[in-house]
Amino acid sequence: MVSTEDAAGPFDLDGAWRLDERVSVRPERFGALLYHFGTRRLSFLKSPILLDVVRGLAEQPSARAACVHAGVPSEQLPRYRAALAALAASRMIRRRSA
Amino acid sequence: MSLVEEFQYGLDAPICLTWELTYACNLSCVHCLSSSGRRDPGELSTAECRALIDEFERMQVFYVNIGGGEPTVRPDFWDLVDYATAHRVGVKFSTNGINITDEAARRLAASDYVDVQVSLDGATEDVNDKVRGRGSYRTAVRAMQRLAAAGLTGVKLSVVVTRDNAGQLDGFQAIADRYGAQLRLTRLRPSGRGADVWDELHPTAAQQRALYDWLLEHGEQVLTGDSFFHLAGYGESLPGLSLCGAGRVVCLVDPVGDVYACPFAIHDSFLAGNVRHDGGFAQVWRSSELFAELRRPSGGGACTACSAYDSCRGGCMAAKFFTGLPLDGPDPECVRGHGQTALARVAAGSAPKPSRDHSHRVRPVPVSIGRRRPPERACDESPLAGFAPAGR
Repeated sequence: MVSTEDAAGPFDLDGAWRLDERVSVRPERFGALLYHFGTRRLSFLKSPILLDVVRGLAEQPSARAACVHAGVPSEQLPRYRAALAALAASRMIRRRSA
Repeated sequence: MSLVEEFQYGLDAPICLTWELTYACNLSCVHCLSSSGRRDPGELSTAECRALIDEFERMQVFYVNIGGGEPTVRPDFWDLVDYATAHRVGVKFSTNGINITDEAARRLAASDYVDVQVSLDGATEDVNDKVRGRGSYRTAVRAMQRLAAAGLTGVKLSVVVTRDNAGQLDGFQAIADRYGAQLRLTRLRPSGRGADVWDELHPTAAQQRALYDWLLEHGEQVLTGDSFFHLAGYGESLPGLSLCGAGRVVCLVDPVGDVYACPFAIHDSFLAGNVRHDGGFAQVWRSSELFAELRRPSGGGACTACSAYDSCRGGCMAAKFFTGLPLDGPDPECVRGHGQTALARVAAGSAPKPSRDHSHRVRPVPVSIGRRRPPERACDESPLAGFAPAGR
């Protein structure tokens, strides 16, 4: 089992990321549901802001920029970094060349 | 709010849903949830099925669990599977293996979006065939062999845990391992024909405890469809969602387009609407009175005083309903034994009967006058020849 804490360490906030093309994103009241058609895994985005971050990944030069663009306050950046690390660990998001 | 709490209020669309494509089946399993056997003449047409898939795509239903009956007996089965996956609706389908030819196996191995579940209810031929019918073990194993030979890994070997096979879990795991498959264990429900055999076939309390320990030991490697959440009352939660998802995150569409709260609740009391008559599936999912009711927070009734209630959430609605228990009381297989006490108070014959029955009819024996034909085999003379009492 990879816990969020373990995965949070190596996540590259300054790297360029994008959603995996096999992932379907469905907005819900609490944020969104993500389903990966390859791994058959379900993930949850527990806030609408996190959904904005994830949607912004492909257009922004870095994950950090996507967070800023979505309006994540700087003191909350570690929480969003941990959430993104968990999404990377479950292959929902992947690196792209910047 | 936790996700379990969020889910209680329902989602904009199901995460997944069960779609019984046909009530037709080559088998007559004694515990069939949908009392399948004969095709319903009012089955959705190919065009209607496609339109329904279009609607699932618009709602972003991530995948459908296709079952029946035996879904592969529909002539348009493979076309519908292709249509769904081409429209980003993933498919998992359940089969007894009857139509898994070498060609079908190759076709499945080539698809990224289709999962196959082969049903087997005994790790040995005798235990399986007693429940699923003669020859069904060999059919299922032959299908597993063909799928493995075609290079498909991750096939699900799908087992309903019963009193007869609860001691065979390692045996099932060995069969799954032999074919590079993944084991899936689900709960026996007193639904459909299952109501007739539940008393004799549901696991004993000791078997339930052993199952729980086995599931904890095997963790996420064994799938359960989250069907054993009532066992969380023992202490630790099992992997998956500990919540009844009926009408909140899942539902059932039957062959004629009726939408029920869950696959184990094919009864008028859990009928939310019909995709043909009630404004389509989205309308039924979002506006049915039944689903609105299921999404309202409910008290745990008699269970709220119990310390396990937060873990088991009172168990399975369908299991309670078809055993005649109140929906806000304990599950009939409550691990604290409250279900047994409650069952003892249910008057014999008072449990609701399934509203539909598509079972194969036992053919009436015509009265013949005249010359008597000799029996084909000596044992056919016995008035009980060919008679296999359910759950013997």
